[in-house]
Amino acid sequence: MKRFSIQRLCAIIIKEFIQMKRDRLTFAMIVAIPLLQLILFGYAINSNPKYLPTAVMSSDQSAFTRRFIRSLQDTTYFRVVSLPKSEAMAQKLLRTNRAQFVLNIPSDFSRDLIRGKRPSLLLTVDTTDSMAAANAIAASNILTKDVFDHLLTGALSYLRPTPPPFNLIIHAKYNPELITQYNIVPGLIGVVLTMTMVIITALAMTREVERGTMESLLATPARPLEVMLGKVIPYIIVGYLQLFLILGAAYFVFRIPAEGSLFLLCCAALPFIAANLSVGVMFSTAAKNQLQATQMSIFFFLPSILLSGFMFPFYGMPVWAQKIGSILPLTYFLRMTRGILLKGNTLADAWPNIWPIILFMIIALFVGVMRYRQTLD
Amino acid sequence: MSSDYIIDVQNLCKSFGDKEVVHRVNLQVKSGEIFGFLGPNGSGKTTTIRMICGLLKPTSGEGHCLGYDIIKDAYQIKKEVGYMTQQFSLYEDLTIRENLEFTGRVYQLKNYKTLVNEALENLGLIGRQNQLTGTLSGGWKRRLALAGAMLHQPKLLLLDEPTAGVDPKARRQFWNEIHELSERGITTLVSTHYMDEAERCHRLAYIAYGSLLATGTIPDVIKNAGLTMWVVSGENLNKLANQLRELPAIEQVTVFGKELHVVGTDKKALANAIKPFQKKPYTWEEELATLEDVFISLVGKAKDNFYLIKN
Repeated sequence: MKRFSIQRLCAIIIKEFIQMKRDRLTFAMIVAIPLLQLILFGYAINSNPKYLPTAVMSSDQSAFTRRFIRSLQDTTYFRVVSLPKSEAMAQKLLRTNRAQFVLNIPSDFSRDLIRGKRPSLLLTVDTTDSMAAANAIAASNILTKDVFDHLLTGALSYLRPTPPPFNLIIHAKYNPELITQYNIVPGLIGVVLTMTMVIITALAMTREVERGTMESLLATPARPLEVMLGKVIPYIIVGYLQLFLILGAAYFVFRIPAEGSLFLLCCAALPFIAANLSVGVMFSTAAKNQLQATQMSIFFFLPSILLSGFMFPFYGMPVWAQKIGSILPLTYFLRMTRGILLKGNTLADAWPNIWPIILFMIIALFVGVMRYRQTLD
Repeated sequence: MSSDYIIDVQNLCKSFGDKEVVHRVNLQVKSGEIFGFLGPNGSGKTTTIRMICGLLKPTSGEGHCLGYDIIKDAYQIKKEVGYMTQQFSLYEDLTIRENLEFTGRVYQLKNYKTLVNEALENLGLIGRQNQLTGTLSGGWKRRLALAGAMLHQPKLLLLDEPTAGVDPKARRQFWNEIHELSERGITTLVSTHYMDEAERCHRLAYIAYGSLLATGTIPDVIKNAGLTMWVVSGENLNKLANQLRELPAIEQVTVFGKELHVVGTDKKALANAIKPFQKKPYTWEEELATLEDVFISLVGKAKDNFYLIKN
């Protein structure tokens, strides 16, 4: 007699869809958030910045110095924007953000070079933003090895550096050109789903409490699991719409390669969507009104975006932060989507990232159903 | 349990934290009657109704509703009771028809489309069935909520302040509908704080500070209160009222327009107390106390008891 009823479940699903259709703001959120994030993260963010403003203060004009400056620009990380006349002027450029690098070439650089006195060049770097400078510094380091190779011929060949005793071959795999979008856009799928799924369900449930309709819903024979599934299923469909929207943009706009199976990705997305919806339901059982529900969603969203490895490298975090990150479903989902899209992961490869999401979902759903107030106490 | 009673609860108590909001309430409602449930705001009416229909678990006490145990068979009670909440609780962003159809589906009614059509016909809302519910007036919302609560044809209706904030004409219409349902054998428990509505009930119960103070038919309640009331008419009644309030034998003095109701429990002491004032320009007449006088007196006494227990 207390059996689960498909008819009652459908009743709630139909109602939920009608309400979603009429609520323009929610509908806008469903479509606008993925688009906005795609544009912002996809086009605006670049963790490998190039053509950084550089000032060169040279007191020595020779074939060597001209060669060095040209090679520096050829790395694509440096762009000479200014030639200050004095040290004070150069420092001012750094202070006022008009240059991120100042290259100092001493007056007797070429002379000392030829005499084999191993002269120094000074590259002063504004490292307030350490991330922006890191790749440029690495690129400039390599220059010392062979920048003057074709100038040091004939009589000057004694100045050629001796080759190192062994070679280290570096093979940048999966994203050899270090294109930021390759990392960000697949990650965005998870971020957008986390953001919208949690908040939309949390709001949908609390709205019933706030408007007083929960009391009549509780007074009907509808059972807690029916109400919960009835609320969750429409948003699973919404989640898939968002997934397809971002996948489409990834493929057609950002040309992200799809090395693995898209079908696998879509299947594996289900537990992730459900996990986030369950978190929303869980929050709604604790929130008294829609404002509280929103606040709780942000509390979940912030660690998700910061500690999952979406914005900052996961292995760069201290152990305690990695541990928090290891609880969040987004962490695993990011590895899984990147793995499938960029590395061509198969189900067997992706499984270590799928089961933690399923586990999280089961726990969140269980807590949600337990906490859901069948009675109003 | 007794099969004569549709609702039969004993010693219902409910506490939220350490605050007891319902204290040992006994209620018996007979089949087919309209039972009025009265009391000031925050007296525990809504909590009691929620316990009867299985929405809240009583802290202690027991009872039956439609023959089902209110603690164990909450699910069955929900299926067979029509409950209309105090707050309007249909979906405002659904149309009139969508709301009723939703109710029909949730109650798993096989022929819900026909039932919804009938309900819309009866309400006279068939022409406005696609209007958003949120745009209806207060009175219409109440009637629609009643139709929603009646859709699954329950034998018992629980109405929690169904006419709060509704204009007199709509209220009368609403009550006519309840009487029609009663003639068809449907039992109604209705909470209200309008006296004129109390007078349209077959029997009533009065609750204040979580405790039941009186139950019975209107004449019973008035008789059991044992009040004596004098009605004074004349000039300058406010001045007289202030003088009378000083006298210990007089429990309450209330001004009703051009009349003054002077009420006391001890008939003799009251007669002695008013003697010096029974002269021109006032005319004094002894009358039967009204329901309102009885309730005001009951609440006054309950309040004293309540603070005695608390302190």
